[in-house]
Amino acid sequence: MSNLKGRNLISITDFSKEEYIQVLDIAEEFEKNPKQKILSDKVVATLFFEPSTRTRLSFESAANQLGARIIGFSDPGATSVQKGESLHDTITMVSSYSDLIVMRNPKEGSSRYASEVSTVPVINAGDGANQHPTQCMLDLYSIRKTQGTLDNLNIAMVGDLKYGRTVHSLTQAMCNFNATFHLVSPEELKLPSSVKMSIKNAGLKYYQYTEIKDIMATADIIYMTRVQRERFADPLEYERVKDSCILSADMLKGCKPNMRILHPLPRVNEITMDVDKTPYAYYFQQAQNGVYVRQALMAAILGVR
Amino acid sequence: MDTKKELVVPRIENGTVIDHIPTNVLYQIVHILGLENYEDEVLIGNYLTSHKFIRKGIIKVKNKYFDNEEINKIALVAPMVTIIRIKNYEVIEKLEAEIPDHIDNFVKCMNPRCITNHEAIPTKFDVIDKKSLKLRCHYCEKFVTKDTIRFCE
Ligand SMILES: [Zn+2]
Repeated sequence: MSNLKGRNLISITDFSKEEYIQVLDIAEEFEKNPKQKILSDKVVATLFFEPSTRTRLSFESAANQLGARIIGFSDPGATSVQKGESLHDTITMVSSYSDLIVMRNPKEGSSRYASEVSTVPVINAGDGANQHPTQCMLDLYSIRKTQGTLDNLNIAMVGDLKYGRTVHSLTQAMCNFNATFHLVSPEELKLPSSVKMSIKNAGLKYYQYTEIKDIMATADIIYMTRVQRERFADPLEYERVKDSCILSADMLKGCKPNMRILHPLPRVNEITMDVDKTPYAYYFQQAQNGVYVRQALMAAILGVR
Repeated sequence: MDTKKELVVPRIENGTVIDHIPTNVLYQIVHILGLENYEDEVLIGNYLTSHKFIRKGIIKVKNKYFDNEEINKIALVAPMVTIIRIKNYEVIEKLEAEIPDHIDNFVKCMNPRCITNHEAIPTKFDVIDKKSLKLRCHYCEKFVTKDTIRFCE
């Protein structure tokens, strides 16, 4: 067992495979017993330099249930940041008030920089298009929980594989577990070659498709993402392909009984409402799992697990 | 150096000679080494005929010996240059510029959303591939390649 006390979590590569599994094991304990006042002498700062209500509430719920007190802001508009205070000064000040900083900031690399300035550990809750490691961890937790293992799975990724940060992180993480990747996307939104290269370098295989039905019989996990109109240079092209990445209940015939559908949320129309009632829908529980994973991380980093 | 022929760029008694510079990066190297502000003799020749290249550049800096860190910066734009240390008109050392593993406070991140382009933070890069010159920003994790490399002001 590694000692995670005092560690930062900025990028998925900051933790080893074994350390991820350690956090997932601790999260299981919190799922069974989420209300434990083990952080009642701690102050957790949540600094949201851009609004992200779901992520912030998940972290704050996690901290609250462990008895920690929370300080911070959900929008920098009303703070000294608005008056032009540097990130350096904000972090220096907040790290003297708190035991742990959770930070979201649209500037890429800002969390890494904050961790170098801060005297207390920093958890990255999203730095622009770069990293959002706790999302990746809750995805791993959800996969392990629904499949009983992380090893040797068929992982299908659907939608915007080009810009989808969660897709890239999850792909990299699953490269540690002998996964086979099934990639469904419009031509314009294919997985970047650098991410494909990391699959190849891990000695694993990927297959590319343009329609969801092609992966229905093989997938253990279908990871859905949103295809946004803004990503297309040609609006007609968007109109032509937009339906190819929508999943509805009638398409689920012939899937494996263990198959589960994940989505980082918020969903727009890429999963129709009739899927919610099927046993394959798992995206709401997935979001709930985020609280247990964040509890586990905070407890481990603050040295009480 | 072509000592037998007439020397286009005069010899120096003490200092550093940077030879076999590709003509298109000569002035970039002048800038990298900060020679615009060097207050002693600097002799610059460009588009000179050489054996190795059809045309080459050469810089001679009087009374100056660069440290390895400065020399390695040259490798980022011209990996094939020769660096010669001269004492009393004699060659005392020949060095090759070598691309380092890490580059601090020298290369600019090309990602406009990177924190280093918004706060006064020294940049840091890890060298991922020395052959093709691929660097990764320590902060935003984006790549910079040979074609997109720019230097801090
Ligand atoms: Zn950067």
